[in-house]
Amino acid sequence: MKIVVPIKRVVDPNVKIRVKPDGSGVDLASVKMAMNPFDEIALEEAVRLKEAGKADEVVAVSIGPQQAQETLRAALAIGADRAILVRCEGRIEPLTVAKLLRIIAEREAPDLVLAGKQAIDDDSNQTGQMLAGLLGWPQATFASAIVVDGSNVEVTREVDQGLMTLSLTLPAVITADLRLNEPRYASLPSIMKAKKKPLEELSPEELGIDVAPRLEVLEVSEPAARKAVRMVSSVDELLLKLKEEARVL
Amino acid sequence: MTERESMPVDVVVVGAGPSGLSTAIRLKQMGDAAGTDLSIVVLEKAAEIGGHIVSGAVLDPAALDSLIPDWRQRGAPVTIRVSSDAFSYLTAKRRFPIPGIVLPKALHNDGNYIISLGDLCRWLAEQAEAMGIDVYPGIAASDLLYGEDGAVIGVATGDMGVDRNGQPKPSFAPGMDLLARYTVISEGAHGALAKRLIARFALAADSAPQKYGIGIKEIWEIDPARHRLGHVEHTLGWPLTEDTNGGGFIYHGADNTVQIGFVVHLNYSNPHLSPFGEMQRYKTHPSIRALLEGGKRVGYSARAMTSGGWQSIPRLAFPGGVLAGCSAGFMNLPRIKGIHNAMWSGIKSAEAIFAALQAGRGGDTVANLAEMVVDGPIADDLKPVRNAKPLLSRFGTLVGMGLIGLDLWCNQLFKLSPFGTLRLDKPDHATLRPARDAKPIHYPKPDGKLTFDRLSSVYLANISHDEDQPVHLRLRDPNVPVSRNLPLYDEPAQRYCPAGVYEIVRTEGEARLQINAANCVHCKTCDIKDPSQNIDWVLPEGGSGPNY
Ligand SMILES: Cc1cc2nc3c(=O)[nH]c(=O)nc-3n(C[C@H](O)[C@H](O)[C@H](O)COP(=O)(O)OP(=O)(O)OC[C@H]3O[C@@H](n4cnc5c(N)ncnc54)[C@H](O)[C@@H]3O)c2cc1C
Ligand code: SF4
Repeated sequence: MKIVVPIKRVVDPNVKIRVKPDGSGVDLASVKMAMNPFDEIALEEAVRLKEAGKADEVVAVSIGPQQAQETLRAALAIGADRAILVRCEGRIEPLTVAKLLRIIAEREAPDLVLAGKQAIDDDSNQTGQMLAGLLGWPQATFASAIVVDGSNVEVTREVDQGLMTLSLTLPAVITADLRLNEPRYASLPSIMKAKKKPLEELSPEELGIDVAPRLEVLEVSEPAARKAVRMVSSVDELLLKLKEEARVL
Repeated sequence: MTERESMPVDVVVVGAGPSGLSTAIRLKQMGDAAGTDLSIVVLEKAAEIGGHIVSGAVLDPAALDSLIPDWRQRGAPVTIRVSSDAFSYLTAKRRFPIPGIVLPKALHNDGNYIISLGDLCRWLAEQAEAMGIDVYPGIAASDLLYGEDGAVIGVATGDMGVDRNGQPKPSFAPGMDLLARYTVISEGAHGALAKRLIARFALAADSAPQKYGIGIKEIWEIDPARHRLGHVEHTLGWPLTEDTNGGGFIYHGADNTVQIGFVVHLNYSNPHLSPFGEMQRYKTHPSIRALLEGGKRVGYSARAMTSGGWQSIPRLAFPGGVLAGCSAGFMNLPRIKGIHNAMWSGIKSAEAIFAALQAGRGGDTVANLAEMVVDGPIADDLKPVRNAKPLLSRFGTLVGMGLIGLDLWCNQLFKLSPFGTLRLDKPDHATLRPARDAKPIHYPKPDGKLTFDRLSSVYLANISHDEDQPVHLRLRDPNVPVSRNLPLYDEPAQRYCPAGVYEIVRTEGEARLQINAANCVHCKTCDIKDPSQNIDWVLPEGGSGPNY
């Protein structure tokens, strides 16, 4: 079985981001970037499937700027066998990503595309679903457990009411949720070996996709500052404040 | 669980600061010129190169000129020339500028640049990688490896994914042994491995104790109308009292930002002092408040720096390796500059190491290292200012500065010092007075606009630290904080730590020291200043710590 894992380079989740003074977007100059955490989980799952003998090749694919090479090297260190970078600058919308991934999926003919459920920068949560739609493959989103059995795969999803289990036939698209696994650290020897693994570079033109955005960003602004917390001395005082100041009761 | 692997290399460099990267680049340049393919590995504990770097920074480009003469064409992030320079003495309400004409040459900044040292390190690392040097961020050198004859034979990188009790987690990744002919220790001020080496090989036996300062820096985005690109200002005096050394700096950098920092020398004697509190108070000076008002704080960082200078330089070579940069301590105190010397020491160490490698050597003490590294630009820079620290410690800030000025002028004009070479006395951990004999200091409450508390400050350091890992602030004796430090000094760690890592908590009248290790910004102050020398800062998992 061959698994394709899409990887996005995003701002590191530990970094406190800032909106540019002109409101045109988030300031990313000199800011630490990292692999989207959900993609890391998807990759870990793919590598575990390979280690368990269920998969024989893991291909990491990123659509992004030149620096996304670093993120792909990190994926190779964690255990992907090879990587593909589709070089694009600027803002790329989920539909464009899905279209590019579709072409990659057609070229690579994987049995499974294992993606993160969403990217933590724009939180779109659309790419996996759109890709499944474009490919006409079954999909299971928000996976918290994946069991592969021949050409079938059982996926557990965490939903509001409890756990939902889906059974799909391969090829399929699955997106990973937080509790699917705890991703490993890359060891130094594997980081060293990753430098020698193949990394192919493509352009969207080669794949015949126009990446120009169709949506216009009007403004990016910071959330309103939270008001300071006030301690109240009794339940009665709390009730009074809720009634008279907050007017929610 | 996978086994540890090991790999032989020619040189392993610990720390990708200006000194480590300069060493690696110079070595590779010499190797390439001689047709020798050297394998050089640089390890950096920060998740990204530059992530743990704290500096002002005003750069004296002399060493960069020597290392990469065409740095301008190659797009080095060194573009903002110092346009104006001010030096003033502050009292609580007023600011007294000292005319440039009375300042000796060493204290001028003509020809220097305002930079982000983190950005410069990222750029140097790119140059290094393009040359074929392996630079690995996110990897801490956590232990030294010794051969049978006791010489250093390389370093061990730390295991990752270990829980609080030292057990491997599902994410476990084993560390690795890098076996090197020479190991370069360029960890910056008070390096954890350097500390062990200095003790083991008695490297400081013939030098004065190293002295330190803690620098706390904030980055502010200010009103463009008040921003003066390239302007540099240094201050002395308020809010410190005469007997405490230190001062402030304000550098106007790119994009309407100013880098504003405050340095407190760690030989302060009042255990009630809080360097963090002084930094906050500093901003309330009328002249500084006026500059920052309406602006926004966007960055916070803290780091110890060396300040002993000339008299405190230890032996640089030990069997199997060398100390470079601020791990040895080449900071020029009155200039508040260490980057150029860190780079010089890297360049010169590389030249000495290369000669040894070419002679087929390894694992021994590099010959003539001290002469090769120190004689030349570093001596020219540090020797004339050698009395700065002793004069400040003995005479206080105002008189001390006057005498330093006299000393520097004599050096500049007559190449001699009226004071000869003054000695440095006690190490910084031995300078505290008992709390009951010292005057309590009351720091104003933060207003959340100009002044802040520790937690909201540390928030801006973008720390990542898996809490479920062994605590990297090790107490030699767990009772000392409460049995000795608390009664005697009111446990000063509560105040000198710029990140609020140490807290005395009282449950039912019983005091206990709580260590919030995940807040640590790797400044090393606790390891330096603890009056009982009971704290060992050891390396946490690679990639832990701030992301500046
Ligand atoms: C607040 C402040 C302001 C300053 N202002 C100026 C200025 O304006 N101009 C100037 O010239 N100098 C200034 N300095 C001094 C200057 O920053 C230092 O002299 C210089 O950074 C020293 O370089 P270095 O390479 O020796 O160490 P560092 O720059 O400290 O670099 C050491 C690197 O090693 C890494 N490291 C440490 N231990 C390990 C380990 N065991 N394993 C892996 N990695 C490790 C660290 O994370 C770090 O990246 C300032 C210092 C401070 C604190
Ligand atoms: S714990 Fe020590 S090294 Fe860490 S921030 Fe506090 S004083 Fe600095």
